[in-house]
Amino acid sequence: MNVPEQSKNDDSPEYKMSSEDLDFYYGDFKALNNVTMGFKSCEVTALIGPSGCGKSTFLRCLNRMNDLIPISRVDGKITLDGENIYLPSVDVVMLRRKVGMVFQKPNPFPKSIFDNVAYGLWVNGIKDKAFVRDCVEESLKRAAIWDEVKDRLQDTALGLSGGQQQRLCIARALAVKPEVVLMDEPASALDPIATQKIEELIHQLKEMYTIIIVTHNMQQAARVSDVTAFFYLGKLIEAGDTDSIFTRPTKKQTEDYITGRFG
Amino acid sequence: MIHFQRELDKIKKMILSLGAVVEHRVRGIKQAVEDLEVDWSKEIVHLDREIDEMEVDIEEECLKVIALHQPVAADLRFLVAVIKINNDLERIGDEVVNIARRIQRLAKHPVAPYQFDYTDMADKAENMLRMSLDSLVNQDIDLAVKVLCLDDEVDELKNIAYDRIKLALSEEGGIEDVGYMINLLLISRHIERLADHATNIAEEVIYMIKGEIVRHRKLV
Repeated sequence: MNVPEQSKNDDSPEYKMSSEDLDFYYGDFKALNNVTMGFKSCEVTALIGPSGCGKSTFLRCLNRMNDLIPISRVDGKITLDGENIYLPSVDVVMLRRKVGMVFQKPNPFPKSIFDNVAYGLWVNGIKDKAFVRDCVEESLKRAAIWDEVKDRLQDTALGLSGGQQQRLCIARALAVKPEVVLMDEPASALDPIATQKIEELIHQLKEMYTIIIVTHNMQQAARVSDVTAFFYLGKLIEAGDTDSIFTRPTKKQTEDYITGRFG
Repeated sequence: MIHFQRELDKIKKMILSLGAVVEHRVRGIKQAVEDLEVDWSKEIVHLDREIDEMEVDIEEECLKVIALHQPVAADLRFLVAVIKINNDLERIGDEVVNIARRIQRLAKHPVAPYQFDYTDMADKAENMLRMSLDSLVNQDIDLAVKVLCLDDEVDELKNIAYDRIKLALSEEGGIEDVGYMINLLLISRHIERLADHATNIAEEVIYMIKGEIVRHRKLV
């Protein structure tokens, strides 16, 4: 496996990932309505909006996490490098390797720190011990936690602090060389110092990955993202450069939400 | 009403109070210059401290709200605009003081060697300030744009004052009253600066409403 080659060329109109007329249903309930937007390489996109607006549902559509919900249904398409990820021929395991995910609550396996990061490699059939060791070290370094754990790689991951566990989970996601990293409220269970570390990490990671983050914390969206997308009632209301969204949004609903005057 | 909105309302009241005080002083200029009112001038110099204190209070209040509430979008633009308008109002207060000092010097001459009628110029500057403050109160972008247009007229009147006073100086005996003439001329400079600050206020109002910075370029 090689580190993904991604150009940082801003002139390229090509999106790493994009959704087109995406509808999503939980049974009869239409949770997403005609969402069309794109995500550029080496950029951080923040999805914001009130609870129930569809932002997490949308995030989970991007690596077909919602497939696990039996009554769900998707219309429209989502492409990764131009390929529709909802085609029947797509290998979902391979897709999720390319489009990794970090969850709200740190969820390390009840195993050693080393095993947590190596796990994704092992299930992908990689047995070469030296390669795995190097890959674990590199992933832990990229997740900015190597210095804190390098002397206790065989200790249980459950002994780490919440912030360390979350960075371990990020290392675990990075170990399988994803191209896109989805983050669902990655810092909401962490204290301000751990949050700052995660945000700093996001800044570093965006040089190599396409990052899409769902957050309830508007200041966090403002701090970490290049593009902000505001969702409301299953619709994408407005998406644009983060500095524009937070200084002069064009839609009144966006303005009302980010200034705390909703409803 | 949310706590944050109450804070913003309080700041709005504070800046409008400062606006009212400054506007009141500016309204006195026309008569004071015409009659060289020394009493008015002394009072203005004495009262400037009040404006300075209000300005500091407003700035502190804005900084507090920014630090505690991290405002964005329209709220952020409002606070940035208030901080700048606050500064402009305080400077207008200073220009009124400058005019007051010129009046005191001019009044020392028992007989005025030359007179220039500043009524029109003072009227226009006063109007510009009133309109810019009204545009702030009513969020009226059209009115703010009108203020920007009036600024050229004030500049033109300043040029006329310059030409006339220069001419008076060059006439026979004019040079003996050079101090008087300079003080008289500087009044035009102060009124013109005052009008510039009113223009700034109007520009800030446009920024606050539209999120667009219109400084340094010609509108209309």
